[in-house]
Amino acid sequence: MWVYEKKLEYPVKIKNCNPRLAKYVITQYGGPDGELAASLRYLSQRFSMPIEVAKATLNDIGTEEMAHLEIIGAIVHQLTKDVPPKVLEKEGLGSYFADHDRAVYPVNAAGSPFTAAYIQSKGDPIADLVEDLAAEQKARATYENLINMMDDPDVIDPLRFLREREVVHFQRFGEVLRIVQEKLNEKPYFVKKPDFMNVSPAAANMGPLTGVSPVSNVSPAAISPISNVSPISNVSPAAVSPASMGKPSFVSPAEAEKPAAPFMNPFSGVSPAATGKK
Amino acid sequence: MNEARDRMLKEVMALDFMAIELNLYLDTHPYDQRAVMVFVDTARRAKMARENFERMYGPLMASSSNSFPWPWIENPWPWDVQ
Repeated sequence: MWVYEKKLEYPVKIKNCNPRLAKYVITQYGGPDGELAASLRYLSQRFSMPIEVAKATLNDIGTEEMAHLEIIGAIVHQLTKDVPPKVLEKEGLGSYFADHDRAVYPVNAAGSPFTAAYIQSKGDPIADLVEDLAAEQKARATYENLINMMDDPDVIDPLRFLREREVVHFQRFGEVLRIVQEKLNEKPYFVKKPDFMNVSPAAANMGPLTGVSPVSNVSPAAISPISNVSPISNVSPAAVSPASMGKPSFVSPAEAEKPAAPFMNPFSGVSPAATGKK
Repeated sequence: MNEARDRMLKEVMALDFMAIELNLYLDTHPYDQRAVMVFVDTARRAKMARENFERMYGPLMASSSNSFPWPWIENPWPWDVQ
């Protein structure tokens, strides 16, 4: 649930009405890259996120976007308050006034009403998070377009704040995407099959393709079948002595996550000497 | 417009914003112990600033309304031109 706080996230105090600016700024209220779309997108997508970090980040950024929606609403409201209809018409807001007076209504800069078609909620965490990254960049670009058209510092100041928030959100979503990909790419094998080394190089090359995400930033070393089980990329399959192969051994999750120390080793009986090279 | 009120409200807003930013950071860095400490300290300062403001100028949240008649409805609302 949510609880309202009787303040804005960032102050909006516009001294001079200016309907021309309101006509453009309103796109961040009800436009394709606006705050309403952002908020609905993240708050809808969070339900199908697989891990805690992703649920929390979508929830909290989605919540912050609602505060941004309120800031944009306040800007539009203050820019148009008490402006005579004739002036609104002259500044291009005649059609808007006909339908909505000076009320705040979610439309884009060209007057098209908000639609849920602006957002997606796919049930696939990679698809959703990549959309979110794009959304933050599109919103940032829109704020830059708006700032370039504005001539009132009272309007530019909150728009700059909102632009900066898009940059921070992009960073956080990037971190979430990386963490989700790492999680999905994990192969939580705790017991090796006795024949697990008998993987042909061709099958090894299938590694990244059969993975959950095609865009994973897995390094070539990590593609080998061995490192799918443990991150020891400095043990080549050929160097592992056949003697070690019949015995299943246990790899704890903690061990499997550690980076390649010389001896955290699922290949029992393999010494650095036996591997022949580093 | 009341300048003293403005100043106090801005202090609350600034501290609350710090808390929001640290919250988002901690969502993806839950093991950053120093950031957790900074968050706890910020949240404490934000709470104090909020209570100072509310004593002078009325509730920022409906739940902190504690006088008669019901003070929550009073202007200014955040979007009002002041």
